[in-house]
Amino acid sequence: MATPVTAQPREQAGPVRRFADLLYRKPTLYLSLLLIPPLLWFGVIYLGSLLGLLWQSFYTFDDFSMTVTPTLTLDNLRALFQPANFDIILRTLSMAVAVSVASALLAFPIAFYMALHTSGRTKAFFYIAVMLPMWASYIVKAYAWTLLLAQGGVAQWFIDQLGLRFLLESLLAIPGVGGSTLSTSHLGRFLVFVYIWLPFMILPIQAALERLPRSLLQASADLGARPAQTLRLVILPLAIPGIAAGSIFTFCLTLGDFIVPLLVGPPGFFIGNMVYAQQGSIGNLPMAAAFTLVPIVLVALYLSVVKRLGAFDAL
Amino acid sequence: MSVAVQFTEVSRLYGQVRAVDQLTLDIRDGEFFSLLGPSGSGKTTCLRLIAGFEQPSSGSIRIQGVEAAGLPPYRRDVNTVFQDYALFPHMKVLDNVAYGLKVKGVAKAERLARAREALSLVALDGFAERRPSQLSGGQRQRVALARALVNRPRVLLLDEPLGALDLKLREQMQGELKKLQRQLGITFVFVTHDQGEALSMSDRVAVFNQGRLEQLDTPRNLYLQPATPFVAEFVGTSNVIRGELARQLCGSTQPFSIRPEHARLAGSEPASAEELQISGQLQDIQYLGAATRFELRLDNGQNFTVSQPNTHWSLDAPPVLPGQRVSARWPRAAMVPLREAP
Repeated sequence: MATPVTAQPREQAGPVRRFADLLYRKPTLYLSLLLIPPLLWFGVIYLGSLLGLLWQSFYTFDDFSMTVTPTLTLDNLRALFQPANFDIILRTLSMAVAVSVASALLAFPIAFYMALHTSGRTKAFFYIAVMLPMWASYIVKAYAWTLLLAQGGVAQWFIDQLGLRFLLESLLAIPGVGGSTLSTSHLGRFLVFVYIWLPFMILPIQAALERLPRSLLQASADLGARPAQTLRLVILPLAIPGIAAGSIFTFCLTLGDFIVPLLVGPPGFFIGNMVYAQQGSIGNLPMAAAFTLVPIVLVALYLSVVKRLGAFDAL
Repeated sequence: MSVAVQFTEVSRLYGQVRAVDQLTLDIRDGEFFSLLGPSGSGKTTCLRLIAGFEQPSSGSIRIQGVEAAGLPPYRRDVNTVFQDYALFPHMKVLDNVAYGLKVKGVAKAERLARAREALSLVALDGFAERRPSQLSGGQRQRVALARALVNRPRVLLLDEPLGALDLKLREQMQGELKKLQRQLGITFVFVTHDQGEALSMSDRVAVFNQGRLEQLDTPRNLYLQPATPFVAEFVGTSNVIRGELARQLCGSTQPFSIRPEHARLAGSEPASAEELQISGQLQDIQYLGAATRFELRLDNGQNFTVSQPNTHWSLDAPPVLPGQRVSARWPRAAMVPLREAP
């Protein structure tokens, strides 16, 4: 005969415990308490100030008195399409695209090896190797590269040792790619960008490949696919969300950067330098705000293209 | 009868661990062959050796007479149904099924037609345009089956394919798999740890233990004539009597097996010459519906199980109660002598 179960007398609960019980019974309240502080921060401080800045792109800047008046105008946005300004946009955009493509090409094999062929200590070693450069200030790294790439620097010494001087010189002679030396060429700037943003491409691709069940690769081989076919039909499509995520990093970071263009490469502004110059030395905040709009629009366009290509379908 | 897969002294070592140890067996063409054993017994490794995901450390594996050791999976005329189905999440069902034909360069119209045919073979006609994530576990299972069968392999490998399904669905799929196998005439090599599944579906069953083949026989022979104590206890339940008790009962220490349903609880009448009797304390009675199980604790501390069919339909009280001293009897002819594992 089982003894009947009697309810234990409820012990007197303290306020903290009663609050915890309340949160347990009302999951919505619990969630909103967790979400309100970050949403407030994000909404007011981040989005609010961004929208405030963008709103100023419609203000009028008087060239003569160097003052800003809150009269709404589209002149600033129109000015973006003047040849001098549009050049800056094209220069930045083409660099961002080139850096993203090169990073993806370089990152994929590393990420592939890390995700599918390492474990334990080797994997930890690769993680550290990929992330260690991010521990150093990126201004220091950019400066270091100016020295590495300079006339008579390490890079040139290596090229000379390999007897490839003629190749470097013919590369530097190509308009739009070259320049007088490696450190003042577009090529040099490109190399530094790729170096600095590469970890941001490796890690998302590696994460995407890490989630790939090994049985899918076995199933592909089992069904008769050679390794190249498995790579093209199974691994690459499933890595695309990672490549897209990584390229969003490299693309956005290059679009917004103004330190590397300042230190490495030929003269000529990037969007970031233009924003800096307009709002800093000139005080033309409306024009700076208009330039800020450019990367936002470009990234939005980029994301919609990537989405249309189906990069997020497998998420 | 020709041989589909032939293992000759195959071993697979992981460091010092012998996952498969000196295995020699033949799988005949067109049979439903099961590899049965507990986890870690080497049965899945065997399957992976046939598929080519593993290579043997030594020995020879011939598939349809061709030496397969060293061949990668994509050069073997076998296909696998994976335990987790391994469907490609970025392809719709039809493309999943057509994948094997696509990589072999079959023209688009033909491969889609054959993929649709394979889908209707597993009764999934209306699901071609869906994604794997929109299917239930049982449906994914069928897609995995169609994807393997569309290649018309000589040997189909199934790695615990029913493990993730619930009981009813599993029983239904068992029937369908068996029917498909008869219809297509393909050799099925089926890995399972479920002895009931192996017995009900297979033409022949290989029982594995610790990387070694314990016994290879038809389900009926396996159940009625287990060769070793391991097989007796793993395939169905059995009472294995060893050592001193065996000597007392039949004069030899060779172990023997007696199935619970071949023994019965004895009354007070004396045992006949053809019967052996053992007594102990009744520990537990389990009512299973079609049968009742009686658990006895023998004087040497060993358990002994008797299973009696419930052939009577009226609500009688059980004839005995736990704690009572009872005797169990069985015919001498029902005893199966076992060989001790080396």
